[in-house]
Amino acid sequence: MHLILFLIFAAICLAGAINLLVQTHPINSALSLIVVMISLAVLYLMLGAEFLAAAQIIVYSGAVMVLFVFVVMLLNAGREERTLGSKAARRVGLPAVVAVMAVLATLILRAQGLGATTLDPELIPTAELSRVLFHELLLPFEVTSVLLLIAILGAVALARVEGSSVDDAERTAK
Amino acid sequence: MYAQNVPLSWYLLLSAALFCLGIVGFLIKRNLITVFMSIELMLNAVNLSFVAFAHQWHMVKGQIFVFFVMMVAAAEAAVGLAIIIAVFRARSTLAVDRIDLMKL
Repeated sequence: MHLILFLIFAAICLAGAINLLVQTHPINSALSLIVVMISLAVLYLMLGAEFLAAAQIIVYSGAVMVLFVFVVMLLNAGREERTLGSKAARRVGLPAVVAVMAVLATLILRAQGLGATTLDPELIPTAELSRVLFHELLLPFEVTSVLLLIAILGAVALARVEGSSVDDAERTAK
Repeated sequence: MYAQNVPLSWYLLLSAALFCLGIVGFLIKRNLITVFMSIELMLNAVNLSFVAFAHQWHMVKGQIFVFFVMMVAAAEAAVGLAIIIAVFRARSTLAVDRIDLMKL
């Protein structure tokens, strides 16, 4: 059961990631990234991380990807042109990717004592997770909230136009 | 039906494969937004490793780290997309080949 579910969702995950690379229109890439994120949420669920599975769907495929789709539509991004890119990317980058993949795969396959995963919902309960998050790691949690606030302010400051037309329109209306 | 358990290394291999696909996307995609999506794909791949290891060693902190990565990724996406909008206003293009100067 576990094996079958893993194989199905790993295949969907990889297919979505490859589709992201193959598609030329950014909106298609964004939708295949959503597919990858939702199947990753299912994999989290199988690893006993229910809270993270929910957060993955709400935060990533809900909030972040909606933002992406919104920006693609706002900027009316069309098909990307197929240029060859830089020579450095092709001659050094792609062999380097293959090398990274080879090194990672060898390390993972040769590692001792990795064992097998089991479908056990009681491994890390969400109550335990929240206890650690709000007791031991309260300070990092609060710092993250400040980071989010700064990010909101930064995003607004970056995206607004200098002497915005909305302000001018308001002023002329008065 | 507890029969087949999945080896942890398969999850790690899936994570490594997704990470490498993210790098390939970063290198070959020519649209600024799609390049940014490839970065999100790499972050997700690393999160999968974290969750798999947290499962293996029963460590709560692995999952909490993923939670923080998600928060930082959300902040990064907001700021990054705002920068993309600003770049598009200045250049009227999203092709990375034509965005090769820091100067406006």
